[in-house]
Amino acid sequence: MNEYILEMINVTKEFPGVKALENVSFKLKKGTIHSLCGENGAGKSTLMKVLSGVYPNGTFQGEIIVKSKAEKFNNIKDSEKVGISIIYQELALVKQMNVCENIFLGNEINKIGVINLDKAFLETEKLLKEVGLNINPATKVGYLGIGQQQLIEIAKAISKDTDILILDEPTAALNEAETDNLLNLLIKLKDQGVTLIYISHKLNEVFRISDYITILRDGKTVGTYERDQLNEDKVISLMVGRELTQRFPKGNHKAKNVVMEVKNWTVFDRELPDKKVLDNINFTARGGEILGIAGLMGAGRTELFTSIFGAYEGKKQGEVFINGKRLNCKNPKECIKRGLSYLSEDRKRYGLVLMMDICNNITMASLDSISKFKVIDNNLEVIKSNEYVNDLRIKTPSIEQLTKNLSGGNQQKVVLAKWLMAKPKVLVLDEPTRGIDVGAKFEIYNLMNKLVEDGVSIIMISSELPEILGMSDRILVIHEGKITGNIMRNEASQEKILYYATGGNGNGNR
Amino acid sequence: MGIDNKDISVVADQNIKALNKKSMIEIIKNSFRYNIKQYTMAIALLSIWVILTILTDGTFITSRNLSVLFMQTCYIAILSVGIVFVMVAGHIDLSVGRLLGFTGAIAGALQVNYSLGTVPTIIITLIAGAIVGVWHGFWIAYRGVPAFIVTLASMLMFQGFSLGITGGSSLSPMNASFKAIGQNYIPKFNKFNINFLNFEFSVNDTSAIFAFIFVVVFIALDLRKRKIRKKYGFEVLPKRLQLFKIALMSMLISSGFSIMVNYQGIPYSVLVLLGIVLLYSFIANKTTIGRYVYAIGGNKEAAKLSGINIKRITMLIFINMGVLAAIASIVFSARSNSATSKAGEMFELDAIAAAVIGGTSTMGGEGTIIGAVIGALVMSSLDNGMSLMNVNSMYQLIVKGLILLLAVAIDIATRKKV
Repeated sequence: MNEYILEMINVTKEFPGVKALENVSFKLKKGTIHSLCGENGAGKSTLMKVLSGVYPNGTFQGEIIVKSKAEKFNNIKDSEKVGISIIYQELALVKQMNVCENIFLGNEINKIGVINLDKAFLETEKLLKEVGLNINPATKVGYLGIGQQQLIEIAKAISKDTDILILDEPTAALNEAETDNLLNLLIKLKDQGVTLIYISHKLNEVFRISDYITILRDGKTVGTYERDQLNEDKVISLMVGRELTQRFPKGNHKAKNVVMEVKNWTVFDRELPDKKVLDNINFTARGGEILGIAGLMGAGRTELFTSIFGAYEGKKQGEVFINGKRLNCKNPKECIKRGLSYLSEDRKRYGLVLMMDICNNITMASLDSISKFKVIDNNLEVIKSNEYVNDLRIKTPSIEQLTKNLSGGNQQKVVLAKWLMAKPKVLVLDEPTRGIDVGAKFEIYNLMNKLVEDGVSIIMISSELPEILGMSDRILVIHEGKITGNIMRNEASQEKILYYATGGNGNGNR
Repeated sequence: MGIDNKDISVVADQNIKALNKKSMIEIIKNSFRYNIKQYTMAIALLSIWVILTILTDGTFITSRNLSVLFMQTCYIAILSVGIVFVMVAGHIDLSVGRLLGFTGAIAGALQVNYSLGTVPTIIITLIAGAIVGVWHGFWIAYRGVPAFIVTLASMLMFQGFSLGITGGSSLSPMNASFKAIGQNYIPKFNKFNINFLNFEFSVNDTSAIFAFIFVVVFIALDLRKRKIRKKYGFEVLPKRLQLFKIALMSMLISSGFSIMVNYQGIPYSVLVLLGIVLLYSFIANKTTIGRYVYAIGGNKEAAKLSGINIKRITMLIFINMGVLAAIASIVFSARSNSATSKAGEMFELDAIAAAVIGGTSTMGGEGTIIGAVIGALVMSSLDNGMSLMNVNSMYQLIVKGLILLLAVAIDIATRKKV
């Protein structure tokens, strides 16, 4: 009998322009918790997508052997059949449906298509007990907190007789108690014979529950170790593989006058108008500095800047000043005119028009500056976009290339070019390097330094603590809609930020 | 920031050099692959014409019939130009057919019941179309009601209005000058016959001159575009191939014109359509508003965050649709010399089908004006040809439906490959 329940051998997966995985091998011992560590873009999620059939057989090279049998998955259903379940960072529950319906979605207990609701309810109650949730199966999922939703995902996975359960950053949005609860449940599942793959940036959790740790870097396996062979520092150095100072180019930043000032900024939820998403936020941003914004998922970081930018639909109160003059935060156009630019997270959803070419995307926010009587000066448009393509080193044969054909890093540079063309005084970057390769990251950091040296004020929202620590001159930490920490670069540390981000009370606002 | 022009020209040189290395056949292949939509459309239209010519023993291809066909196409084509903008922005308009009937009834009533002159009639009809557009825009852009529902409601309402205005009977006749828009041809000084290889060919002088100027301007613009693209280092066709393309296009355009020149001259309604096509192609490609429409349809969130006023653009799109429907109603009622409550029935489906056959994406973000006009030609060619063959209208509808389905299926299949 093979002691490995799963073997992935020499997996290679390429995207246009990026090699996401290169000859990665990964072996999983039955009945263990095995953590996958690596920086963003190291290939963890890609590897799991290969395993779960999101990338079907044939789109990658390599072998997958489950329970000593070579498998070829063409879709997620195929991998579920052999007992593999995956729970993503972004939960895949239908908010309008209740707990019971969600758990059995796609696997309804039925006879010739008629659902046996009573049985489903009984089963759900059993499953909920197993994951330690004390709620009614008829509760709509939308009313539950993220921690509870996470547990429902696990219940759903258990209901499918899962042998291998993959969890991708399950605690990113959980508070301490919820995290505790979840980790205990995972250990309990292991004792029941389930094999778990655990992906997390939070190394203390990794060390608390893992038996084995595999480290990936730039799409390659660094190695697989028993927990006792490693400590946190060792893992970090294996993950990074080079000096930290090299990853973040040091700029010559000199904080100048205050460019943007936010006073008593309060924002209410889109759907629940009584709930405050942000509560009385006060801060300033100066020209010539990078202000880092840290916090957990769902803390309100993105809402803070989309609301200032006039792109958030909820009610809001408070004032924003740019160069001492009040900013009317009604719509993005006004903000862009006054020198505020917001580079959104998720470039494909909010940043690019994928079926348009590079040139049209770059000029989209500044068409007025290159047109007369609403007629676009094509000559000027081509010259301007060529300038940015060269300056930002966007790798493309022509500015007529459609943006959907570009790699993640080049797409991000196109969005960045769009906002640079708008000539911002304050440039807000929301997760500017998410999902792009190390080389492009470095170039974007260099560009940020150059802009700051030119006197631009950069505000960078990031979930990657090393990035926040490496690039910011000053760091604001947000927890549940409030600023809980304001740290200067020289006093900042990973622990300090995490302390404030999980609700530890700092020096209050500012 | 800034680079000197040297850099651009270096890049340009490299691109051109790389291009020269490619073989002719490869370039043709590539150009075919990237423009497959336009090519398939044109090929589909030509093959439909060939089939119909064979089936009607040549009646279809006579200059008389084709002139009639062009005039039949006009109002659907004008509607489909508006529909392209609506659909590119990700909306739909189900009311255009009934709106055509409604504004046509207004035009009819103004002339028949109130004896108004042609010019004031046209002005009031256009204003009515614009007001309807504001009504749609208000609900869709500012109240967030889906366009499907708003225009479905309008479809019913406009039918009611038309019934009310016409009283269920037909309003006629129209003023002579109004009628001319739909029925007459640009005036000529002289008509003469040319005998070429035993082939009798009659020529209307003014129309011929107009057609000649049109082709010359077309060639000049195409050469200028090539020169500019070369300057920027964009990919251009090799000179010989480009000249061949120009020759082919000029031939197609001039044969289109020569059909009309040979028969009675260029109809006013075709002139109106031509003006609309040129104007709206310009708006779609060269103006900020056109760019914004495509951006909204391509990615609404990105467009919004880029400072584009989506509500305002949506309003403009529907006002434009209303005005174009009014223009189409003028052409249609002038042609039929009457206004009835039945006018415009099912035209919305022809117009939407024309846009979709012409490559407009049902998901928004993609579509061309010229494509929609070709699509309209496909639809009316089928109508015209099958009528010539005395095909039962039952079969006419079935064939048109199948062609629409086939066109979209082919479009989706080719899109996946590229």
